[in-house]
Amino acid sequence: MNTTTFPNSPLLSVRDLSICFDTRHGPLRAVDGITFDLAPGEILGMVGESGAGKSLTGTAITGLLERPGRIDRGEILFEGKRIDTLSAEEMRRLRGRRIGAIFQDPLTSLNPLMTVGQQLVQTIRTHLSLGKEAARKRAIECLAEVGIPAPEARIDQYPHQFSGGMRQRVVIALALCAEPSLVIADEPTTALDVSIQAQILDLLKKMCRERGAAVILVTHDMGVIAETADRVAVMYSGRVVEIGPVEKVVRDPRHPYTKGLMQSIPRVGSNALRLTQIDGAMPRLTDLPSGCAFHPRCPRAFAECKRTKPAALPVEGGHVACHLYQEEPV
Amino acid sequence: MSSATDTQPLVSLTGLSKTFDLSPPLLNRLIERKGRRTLRAVDALNIDIPRGKTFSLVGESGCGKSTVAKLVVGLHGATSGSITFDGTDLTRLAAADRGAFRKRIQMIFQDPYASLNPRWRVRDIIAEPLRSFGITSSKQEERAEVGRLLEMVGLSARDGEKFPHEFSGGQRQRISIARAISSKPEFLVCDEPTSALDVSVQSQVLNLMRDLQDELGLTYLFISHDLAVVDFMSDYVGVMYLGRLVEAGPAEQIFAAPEHPYTRLLMDTVPDISLGRRDRAPAIGEVPNPITPPPGCSFNPRCPLATQRCREQSPALAARSSGTVVACHAVTGEPAAGSRPGAGGAAGTGTGTVAQRQPERGVA
Ligand SMILES: Nc1ncnc2c1ncn2[C@@H]1O[C@H](COP(=O)(O)OP(=O)(O)OP(=O)(O)O)[C@@H](O)[C@H]1O
Ligand SMILES: Nc1ncnc2c1ncn2[C@@H]1O[C@H](COP(=O)(O)OP(=O)(O)OP(=O)(O)O)[C@@H](O)[C@H]1O
Ligand code: SF4
Ligand code: SF4
Ligand SMILES: [Mg+2]
Ligand SMILES: [Mg+2]
Repeated sequence: MNTTTFPNSPLLSVRDLSICFDTRHGPLRAVDGITFDLAPGEILGMVGESGAGKSLTGTAITGLLERPGRIDRGEILFEGKRIDTLSAEEMRRLRGRRIGAIFQDPLTSLNPLMTVGQQLVQTIRTHLSLGKEAARKRAIECLAEVGIPAPEARIDQYPHQFSGGMRQRVVIALALCAEPSLVIADEPTTALDVSIQAQILDLLKKMCRERGAAVILVTHDMGVIAETADRVAVMYSGRVVEIGPVEKVVRDPRHPYTKGLMQSIPRVGSNALRLTQIDGAMPRLTDLPSGCAFHPRCPRAFAECKRTKPAALPVEGGHVACHLYQEEPV
Repeated sequence: MSSATDTQPLVSLTGLSKTFDLSPPLLNRLIERKGRRTLRAVDALNIDIPRGKTFSLVGESGCGKSTVAKLVVGLHGATSGSITFDGTDLTRLAAADRGAFRKRIQMIFQDPYASLNPRWRVRDIIAEPLRSFGITSSKQEERAEVGRLLEMVGLSARDGEKFPHEFSGGQRQRISIARAISSKPEFLVCDEPTSALDVSVQSQVLNLMRDLQDELGLTYLFISHDLAVVDFMSDYVGVMYLGRLVEAGPAEQIFAAPEHPYTRLLMDTVPDISLGRRDRAPAIGEVPNPITPPPGCSFNPRCPLATQRCREQSPALAARSSGTVVACHAVTGEPAAGSRPGAGGAAGTGTGTVAQRQPERGVA
């Protein structure tokens, strides 16, 4: 998208980030050296197999990683400053005001004992200097923005009185009400029907276009990625296996895992008796395959794949980590 | 499976309604001089689900899909109407007698986190139905069965030792699926069962659900906002708008030739991976308010075909010659030739479909 008016230095830089869990059997590495930049105004889509480490990456960026999980390597920079070393209190202030987080699980981010309005007003007043009345007005606006019908009437209800998709939208409203400049949106539209989904995605795009905010959009829905993201990162087993401009990755994926992913997408009217699936299961963290972690399931694997981990190779507008692609001899 | 011989549907919802009371407490009402406020989440729904088939509910967020699901499994009491399961009206059963049906009816919840007990190990979560219904007779057998179920949903037997928080979102959803199928229910209510799954795992789970249906003759009430998934899974589709059914019938017919303006809008907003429509316009018009629904046809404020009649008179469901039912004045207004209620069978004009589907009998 044309967001050339914003500064070019990255808003967020993730450098060689690794996350591991300390267990009785030693550390388990769930995220293994991922690197990417996010420019102001940009939407980075993040897709990948269930358990690949997408949510953990988001949790680490928002500083909410809990024991026994920890960052064991790498760094995270926000506006050029390291944030992975901040204290819990400093991080708490950054989160909400500058970094908004929409979590995969809408219920646990809402307090069942407070009305939706109380939670919104509390968040708004923590981060913006608004009086009670003004904050309530702003809260109603936020609910309307995420498409809650009759927000004046709904604001005084409790989360359990909302439908699944409405709760998800309240979580989105909570994340966006203080106008953060970075938003980590983990499956924000999974429980939403297509027209509300379109409305939420429009809201995110508008935020990027008008305020130069940036979004990491984690979703398994390729349609959403195709319509919303500028670039997309594909994760498999803790690594980014392919990253690049969305047109490139969706139309012409390079990595065999991305190719399989694209073929698994169900389509209306295909009349399929079975859906295409990538055979085999995601590797366990406790026994990761040697070399390229995808090799036991990869239709194109060859001897080298078992031996060495493929490094990220720069390709047109991005990277791919697969032995099929070799450095061009100069 | 031939449906022609199925005389009785496994599940019938008749005039099913649910109204929620949203009024503030009585004292506040007196002080603020406000009246009662109610919300009709489900309004006189009629649905038949034949044995071994899948009926899907689709419709906008908040239109009442989960409420229907919860009514069917007994998590909400119906305000009126009946839910007949294999000949028994569940709404008239005493709580004590409901127990017998718990094994036969299971549900996969929209929110997998909320439905898994965080303090239990996964193996105990999955074994709970096995124990309470006495399905396995020894610890060993139970262990083997839990392992088998975990592998069936793409996890490993060793994952049983872990707690729910050690899993990713999609992995947790698979745990709740394993639990729901562990008691070998006949009827499974699936509320967005795959919405947290990546497409490849989603394919595995949906293929698995269809295999189970073929092997065990399972009947599904399926809820999803992903129309491609609904298309893949369903024999019948019901489209809901503000608590009411506005169009229903054989899935093929609804997808091939949707008639209700809302169904058409719904099909039109499907996101596209071809990158051709990046600027998909959000649905026109104001999102409906279920507390004070518009008079007449509740879709009229957003409907491009709305007329004065639509603002005054609520359209009733009427049978179409194609085997579907539609509630819309513009579609069924003038008695069109050949749209006799109950007409069907001769529906398809030979579009080369596999196994002619029976027209939806009970949706009237
Ligand atoms: N507390 C924990 N203890 C041990 N392992 C964990 C814990 N939390 C997460 N993991 C593991 O880390 C891996 C990555 O999890 P993450 O939640 O980031 O996956 P994800 O990519 O978001 O998947 P999904 O699409 O299913 O949400 C998973 O294999 C998960 O089992
Ligand atoms: N316990 C409750 N108390 C009050 N109102 C409720 C309750 N449960 C649901 N509602 C209301 O009933 C309506 C229908 O909700 P329901 O959860 O059935 O929607 P849904 O179609 O499943 O939506 P979604 O796609 O967002 O999950 C909504 O307006 C919701 O706010
Ligand atoms: S490195 Fe080898 S195994 Fe891995 S994706 Fe490429 S070809 Fe397949
Ligand atoms: S009845 Fe009228 S308003 Fe309702 S869908 Fe039909 S044409 Fe539109
Ligand atoms: Mg996740
Ligand atoms: Mg729901």
